[in-house]
Amino acid sequence: MVEKEKNIIKVQGTVTETLPNASFKVELESGAEILAHVSGKMRMRYIRILPGDMVDMEVSPYDPTRGRITWRHK
Amino acid sequence: MITFKSQEDFNNMDKAGTIVATIHSELQEASTPGTSLIKLDELAKDIVIKSGSTSSFLGYRGYPAYICASPNDVIVHGIPGNYILEEGDILSIDVGVSVNGYHADAALTYGIGEITDENQKLIKLTKDALYAGIKLVKDGQKLGTIGNKIEKIGKKGSYGVVKEYVGHGIGLEMHEDPQVPNYGKKNQGFTLKKGMAICIEPMFNMGSEQTKVDDDEWTVRTFDGSNSAHWEHTIGIMDDEVRIFTEK
Repeated sequence: MVEKEKNIIKVQGTVTETLPNASFKVELESGAEILAHVSGKMRMRYIRILPGDMVDMEVSPYDPTRGRITWRHK
Repeated sequence: MITFKSQEDFNNMDKAGTIVATIHSELQEASTPGTSLIKLDELAKDIVIKSGSTSSFLGYRGYPAYICASPNDVIVHGIPGNYILEEGDILSIDVGVSVNGYHADAALTYGIGEITDENQKLIKLTKDALYAGIKLVKDGQKLGTIGNKIEKIGKKGSYGVVKEYVGHGIGLEMHEDPQVPNYGKKNQGFTLKKGMAICIEPMFNMGSEQTKVDDDEWTVRTFDGSNSAHWEHTIGIMDDEVRIFTEK
């Protein structure tokens, strides 16, 4: 049986660019750039994400340059 | 928690691994078009009972079966139900048992009857990734190096490499520390040591790496409905060898 990944860091950032395949470039307050994709849950709800949006992401310590967008702020 | 096993503990894991391998072998033979997944679970149950071992899955966080049976777009944790296998399906079976408290856990994916070249390639590459990862297991190795290798193989095949679910340490519990992701940076991460045992389990999707979970709160599927393959072995870093307990 697999385990769900647990050492996840929650971060916030601003979307700077839309990329193909529901991927986005997101900039953190620290200036770091994350390549993020939308979580399955959000895609099921057809939530649109645009440059300028502030989003919450889950980032793994094993690869801090990639993230999973879990929430789009209003 | 990370646990370190003695030779005796490893012997029990080896016994558990033999039973797991037997179950896989019997189930693979029984996996023909027209067979239901429930039937496969019953077969596994028989072997577990006859062997005097204990299922690692049944009752684990409420899981209701002896095996996970994950056809086609199901990545992992498919609860064996009334689904009837069809020619051309691909099926992942995951099994875990314990002997004297020590667990072993393994999964394999295979085709039902004739399958497409595409599916065959997916299954083979996922298996190759597992073995490439196992080859790197040794005292002093970093998990990041192993994850990096597995991810590279998946990317080479243009597969979605599942990141939300990971392998794990194993011993007196089925799931122990460390977590073993199928991606990572070379020479980074947790350091493996003698006395440890881990399960490496790559999951490759034909399409995107994204996943979703069914309403039953167990079944994990590919988000885009594409097929997925899953391979797993339990590996022990013993004093004088690195042994795959679940391969016989």
